[in-house]
Amino acid sequence: MLDYITSYLSSNTTPGQAGNVFWALVYIMVVFGGVSVAVMAMNWLERKALAHFQIRLGPMRVGPHGLLQPIADAIKLLTKEDIIPAEADKFVFWIAPLIILCASFVVYIVVPFGPTHAITDLNIGVLFMLGVSSLSVLGVVMAGWASNSHYPLIGALRSSAQMVSYEVAMGMAVVSAILMTSLHGLGLYGVSATSSGTGTLSMIGIVQAQQEQHVWFLFKFFPLGFIAFGIFAIAMVAETNRAPFDLPEAESELTAGFHTEYSGLRWSLFMLGEYAAMIAVSSIAVTLWLGGWFRPFPNTLTGETWDLVFSLFPGLTFLGLAAIAFVGVKRMPKHPYFQLQTMGLAGFGAVLGLIGLILFAPPVRDRIQDIYWFVAKVGGFMYLYIWYRATFPRYRFDQLMKVGWKVLLPIGIGVLILTAILGVVL
Amino acid sequence: MSDLKTPDLKTADPTRFLSHLELDQPDKTFLDSNELVINMGPQHPATHGVLRVILKLDGEKVLGTECVIGYLHRGVEKIAENRTYTMFNPYVDRMDYVAAVSNGLGYCEAVEKLLNIEAPPRAKYIRVILTELNRLASHQLWLGTHALDIGAMTPLFYTFRDREEILKIFEKYCGARLTTHAFRIGGCQYETYEGFERDVIKFLDFVPPKIDEYEELLTTNRIWLERTKNVGVISRADAIALGVTGPVLRASGVKWDLRKAQPYAAYSDFDFEIPIGTNGDTYDRYSVRMEEMRQSLRIIRQAVERIPEGPIMAKVPKVMKPPVGEIYHSIEAPKGELGYFIVGDGSTQPYRIRVRPPSFVNLQALDVMVRGALVADVIAVIGTLDIVLGEVDR
Amino acid sequence: MVATLQGQYGSGIREAVSYLGQNYMIVEPSIVSDVLQILRDREQFDYCVDVTAVHYPEREKQFDLIWILYSFARNERIRVKTMIADGESVPSAVSIWATANWLEREVFDMFGIRFDGHPDLKRILLPDGWKGHPLRKDYGIIQQDEEWVQANLGIESGQ
Repeated sequence: MLDYITSYLSSNTTPGQAGNVFWALVYIMVVFGGVSVAVMAMNWLERKALAHFQIRLGPMRVGPHGLLQPIADAIKLLTKEDIIPAEADKFVFWIAPLIILCASFVVYIVVPFGPTHAITDLNIGVLFMLGVSSLSVLGVVMAGWASNSHYPLIGALRSSAQMVSYEVAMGMAVVSAILMTSLHGLGLYGVSATSSGTGTLSMIGIVQAQQEQHVWFLFKFFPLGFIAFGIFAIAMVAETNRAPFDLPEAESELTAGFHTEYSGLRWSLFMLGEYAAMIAVSSIAVTLWLGGWFRPFPNTLTGETWDLVFSLFPGLTFLGLAAIAFVGVKRMPKHPYFQLQTMGLAGFGAVLGLIGLILFAPPVRDRIQDIYWFVAKVGGFMYLYIWYRATFPRYRFDQLMKVGWKVLLPIGIGVLILTAILGVVL
Repeated sequence: MSDLKTPDLKTADPTRFLSHLELDQPDKTFLDSNELVINMGPQHPATHGVLRVILKLDGEKVLGTECVIGYLHRGVEKIAENRTYTMFNPYVDRMDYVAAVSNGLGYCEAVEKLLNIEAPPRAKYIRVILTELNRLASHQLWLGTHALDIGAMTPLFYTFRDREEILKIFEKYCGARLTTHAFRIGGCQYETYEGFERDVIKFLDFVPPKIDEYEELLTTNRIWLERTKNVGVISRADAIALGVTGPVLRASGVKWDLRKAQPYAAYSDFDFEIPIGTNGDTYDRYSVRMEEMRQSLRIIRQAVERIPEGPIMAKVPKVMKPPVGEIYHSIEAPKGELGYFIVGDGSTQPYRIRVRPPSFVNLQALDVMVRGALVADVIAVIGTLDIVLGEVDR
Repeated sequence: MVATLQGQYGSGIREAVSYLGQNYMIVEPSIVSDVLQILRDREQFDYCVDVTAVHYPEREKQFDLIWILYSFARNERIRVKTMIADGESVPSAVSIWATANWLEREVFDMFGIRFDGHPDLKRILLPDGWKGHPLRKDYGIIQQDEEWVQANLGIESGQ
């Protein structure tokens, strides 16, 4: 038994490859917990960042600077009355949010946080990812249908039409990235002219191909990689029904979204699924174009010192966050009413600082690199999502579809063809 | 105004403006069963007040609309017959509560005309400054809510923050932020407070970068352009036939502004331009209002620099008894032509006061503007008409 | 301008006055529609500013119906007034200016003056089932249609 557990630790593969069920379950639990925490953090960040964009403060009361707001929201939603419309199809009504949730979470099976830090590494990882994330459309349609009211149905149909059309564009962009794994620019980027890559659909393989080719696919065959990344970045925002493509869920439009009839915990499952999907597609984007878990400039800035510099980043990040927390503590009003909040914030800052210090220790430092850089990049994407929401007006539905089919798809096909040509010719 | 050629309205058929909702014929069957009647109810996040719009849709396209108004009808004109002229002054603010100062200006000037007295020059300048500040505030509120309806949530907060500065000036001047009751018949009651000019000049320096900020967020934004260009188009002939006024008319290409055509209250002393648009679409109305904001700043600056000394109240009898007669006086409110038709009968109470509300007449044009557009455009067009239900319903 | 009109309609144009700088004409109700049409077509009064009414209960012809018109080309405003009795109806100006649509509905709502040829003459500000026309002088200031209030708002006293 113990052998079973420790034998995995000495192998250098993912639990899936090693066939180790126990560790696979451990990883699944870790990822599930991590994503859930990330969703709550994202909720908080969205409210705070949006507020600061709009020159206001956001939640400040519930916990210091609103840090406990997501927990309060979760408790509120949990204690709400569970209303099911009288004529609704009960089973479908119940299962729709679950399908969306499962579809969003199952994608994480193939997302690599490091060379061996993935639950498994299917050799058709990308295909799996594309297929599973499309299942959420099914959940959306089921939610609209089961509500037995024509406004949610119209909203669900719109939502599903939008998601399906942008998936095509996403697919084109993804295929361009996959093509790049097997094509080497001859002599480019410092890679020898005679080597050629083996194409791969596995997620870990794609990141490793970026490493071998000494270039992040974002910059490969410039500007093709960039354009493919751009297409994917726009399509992923539309895929997750976020601004500026959030007409199906907008409040000031006539047809309300597919989740109108849901309340309480069921609605929070939709939101959980939406945020999880956002993080999932961002992880895909990071893996395919941004070099996955590699630190910035892995090939141009090489050497011991650079490695050391970059390895200090995780610790510095947490120490920076702790410093911000302590600045917040200093700025808290000196009124006895705020004592508890001040102590809470100071405690939070202390915890962050402690984590930062731990991350400076060499053994931890080396191991945490992959996960840290991956998470940092995905975090950048999350901030971009919030930024879009604050800045852009909404697209009208027909304009939305026009962008998906008449703009992104032709450009995607063009990029694909050009990548193929360049890869063969060069 | 010689550049205005009247369009050929003899041959245009005004009945083309009528919508054929046929709501009172429920038994009439439609061959195309895609037609749907949807109600955008009195309570709605985007209808700027209690406005009910019944839409007849064919799929997504709007075939016709019918507006149901009157939810905010308070009988202001009836109340006027039971109050003296001075007592009615505060009621006037409550109609277009966003631009209360303009309402007061129109009313006071109309009664002054009936009494055949004129406000002293200093009072006129103070009136102009406050009215132009109010125009700016009204346009800022319009911009925030219009952008919010279209989906951009940030300009709302920016415009409201800047509007606070204007409301602070109002509060220092007359004690109220929104329904100001700033003017009296015959002039202004309150002398400008200590530091008024300094505050206004500080405001004039503070605001232009903010207007640039709003423009930066919206004007060249491709999504904004797609949502507003060619949306809610009203042609010049239609605009004149439907009697729309204000920025809506100017965006359709008619260069007409009551401040220049029939100047009132010292506007003839100032040098400013009237922005016009070309297409009559939502984007043009947006540009016209943004430019109007800048022109208002220009007027305020000139007024503050040249404000004359002198009395602020004309010699008005304590008990005001205008002679028997009628008068119609209108001003360029931020929403359009705001007119007061006052019938005096020699007593202290007016015999009849009729308020010609710009939003009421502009709202009529909604039907024409959204024919053939999509549902999402209806909300954009209601926003761009800049209606205030207090004024529509009185 | 008034001269040509008077030449055409003779006694129909009863008065043309300028009071406090504002011009207005008093016209017989039978020819008012033609006069308005001529004003729009020939004299270029293409913008109908307002349509309103005043109630004089002691007079035989109780209502003063007023059209306020403006000409962009001439930058001139003019009022056309006519006097009608209670129950008399006037041809609608909707065929001349489309603005008149809602303006006439409001006059009907508040005064009860009917307009012939109006496509959709129904109440605009008050609810559809309301009885009474509030801006008439015999309608009290706090009077309300008690039946309607009781039936629709559920208030017992009807107020």
